[in-house]
Amino acid sequence: MSILINQETKVICQGFTGKQGTFHSEHALAYGTKLVAGVTPGRGGAEHLGLPVFNTVQQAYAETEADASVIYVPPFFAADAILEAVDAGIKLIVCITEGIPVLHMQRVKAAMAESGALLIGPNCPGIITPEACKIGIMPGSIHQPGSIGIVSRSGTLTYEAVHQTTLQGLGQSTCVGIGGDPIHGMNFIDVISRFQADDQTQGIIMVGEIGGSEEEEAAEYIKNHVTKPVVSYITGLTAPAGKRMGHAGAIVTGGKGTAEGKVTALKMAGVEVVNSPSLMGIAMKELLATR
Amino acid sequence: MNIHEFQAKQLFKDYQIPVPESIVVTSGAAAADAAQTLSGDGWAIKAQVHAGGRGKVGGVKIATTADEASTLAAQMLGQRLVTKQTGAAGLPINSVLVEKTSSIKREFYLSLLVDRHEDKLCFIASEAGGMDIEAVAAETPEKIISVFIHPAAGLQAYQCRQVAFALSLQGEQFKALQNLMTNMLQLFIDKDASQIEINPLVETGDGELFALDAKINFDDNALALHKDIIALRDTAQEDEKENKAKQFDLSYITLDGNIGCMVNGAGLAMATMDLVKLKGGTPANFLDVGGGTTTEKVTEAFKLIVSDKNVKAVLVNIFGGIVRCDVIAQGILGALEQINTDLPVIVRLEGTHAEEGRALLHNVAPNIIAAEDLDHAAEQAVNLAGVGA
Repeated sequence: MSILINQETKVICQGFTGKQGTFHSEHALAYGTKLVAGVTPGRGGAEHLGLPVFNTVQQAYAETEADASVIYVPPFFAADAILEAVDAGIKLIVCITEGIPVLHMQRVKAAMAESGALLIGPNCPGIITPEACKIGIMPGSIHQPGSIGIVSRSGTLTYEAVHQTTLQGLGQSTCVGIGGDPIHGMNFIDVISRFQADDQTQGIIMVGEIGGSEEEEAAEYIKNHVTKPVVSYITGLTAPAGKRMGHAGAIVTGGKGTAEGKVTALKMAGVEVVNSPSLMGIAMKELLATR
Repeated sequence: MNIHEFQAKQLFKDYQIPVPESIVVTSGAAAADAAQTLSGDGWAIKAQVHAGGRGKVGGVKIATTADEASTLAAQMLGQRLVTKQTGAAGLPINSVLVEKTSSIKREFYLSLLVDRHEDKLCFIASEAGGMDIEAVAAETPEKIISVFIHPAAGLQAYQCRQVAFALSLQGEQFKALQNLMTNMLQLFIDKDASQIEINPLVETGDGELFALDAKINFDDNALALHKDIIALRDTAQEDEKENKAKQFDLSYITLDGNIGCMVNGAGLAMATMDLVKLKGGTPANFLDVGGGTTTEKVTEAFKLIVSDKNVKAVLVNIFGGIVRCDVIAQGILGALEQINTDLPVIVRLEGTHAEEGRALLHNVAPNIIAAEDLDHAAEQAVNLAGVGA
């Protein structure tokens, strides 16, 4: 099995009729994702891409009992969209939107803490289980069903890991982009613990970057709870301190969140840390061969 | 976004956070007038630059006469201040703050920021003020207290008491600190700050508390909501190329190497810099062209890169996903036609239709090299930059 999503997962899209929502929904449908409806306030009753449009997530959920929602609304409306999905009872919420103010996200996190809903992102490519369900903006064609679970804070580095594991003939069980913002939903441990419990997943690739301490916490978790081989790549060794490197969360402040610290913590936990982004696939192949 | 100390102190005043009396000036004569207007027998002359660590490098001086205030201000104005936070080029001193001095009994540290582990706002306070808080955290962590603010419940009185006891405050000072923390939190939320730092927060001889220094950073993601804050921007304190990049929706950071980098995606852009370093070179910049990778954006990105005279080679690293590599290759060629550069341009394309993309780049011009893979691309860039140097 995969984690979090599979071919049965029913998905709705918030911001469905917008440019981004339309473009990526077309790709998701072409990939075979069970996209069942969309939500755009004020467009309820219309049809878009052959699917019904609802005014509210509550209505969409009542009609479809969707398992997941993907959000493509602009940054200042995204917090509202996430909480609307939580309130409607959606269990997995994937927020692609980049540029959400951090104060909005800390309110969202506190507000959804007791709900039991899971949030992926924001500022992320989304989640995919190859040839079963694609929720997000990643290119479906580079994926291949297989045995590697991939979790990453970066979009294109996820694609690198995907492409390499496809070329190595390993394929992917599920790939999760947890996003580049300082306050976000699921973290490395939330995803890695699910990969550890998943029968299909034989190995885990974790792509981290400077900023925060989630890689260090993941290292501690891996040391104590993960028996599957883990390959990691950490980026930002040459990033100057105090500068945000594209992602809002990719910043070294006060000597904290350095790439060196993360690499050391992961190595101490027995993780195979590669020093080039082009070595993730081959390292995993070799690690699996030794088992 | 950063603002100057004098702007931060004006915001503090607006929110009833006590600050010393001060006047910002741009000439020596105005500094003397300011000293007389403020009255008293001593004034701090403080260089207004977007960086900390000013005191250690002559960016803060004390004058005891109006003439001295004028001389000190005139000496600072027009210079560039180099602190440990600025880089070697330093930042221009275009204004100075003339501030009335007062008797200082004790110095504390107080800041408010977003704690990404707890996903909450957090006050950090220490009795060891006026010092580098990172050094305090490393050497004497017991001297630091943190209190987390629940977004629904808000700041509680007991949390202010915790801080007050940690700072050994007494009597009336408890209420003063609670007001100060409450106002600081309100300012933070109203203006979407990302950090407010008071270092030092001082206790005067007669027991009053006020902010001797003031530093505020704002969340770039929320700036569009705050026209009043955008108006405080001082582009003279910012990197020209970084600002130019923003106009074209490019994420660019100037570094000091000689290999220009153009990449799609922030993570891959950092990875490319790291790989250049691993192969023995030094990156000239961080540049994320984003997802679209249109000819227009790539052209602007190339312009930025080649405007840096240190650049001896350009490494383009693109993972083509939904936007195919052949389309991207055409975009790169279109951009290079407009730029007309002799610099070696090493292009690594991977992903959807990568073969077709690479084929388009073959035999186009002697300086355009379609690399086989990322490691080779970085090696070639390092070699070619070395030859050019």
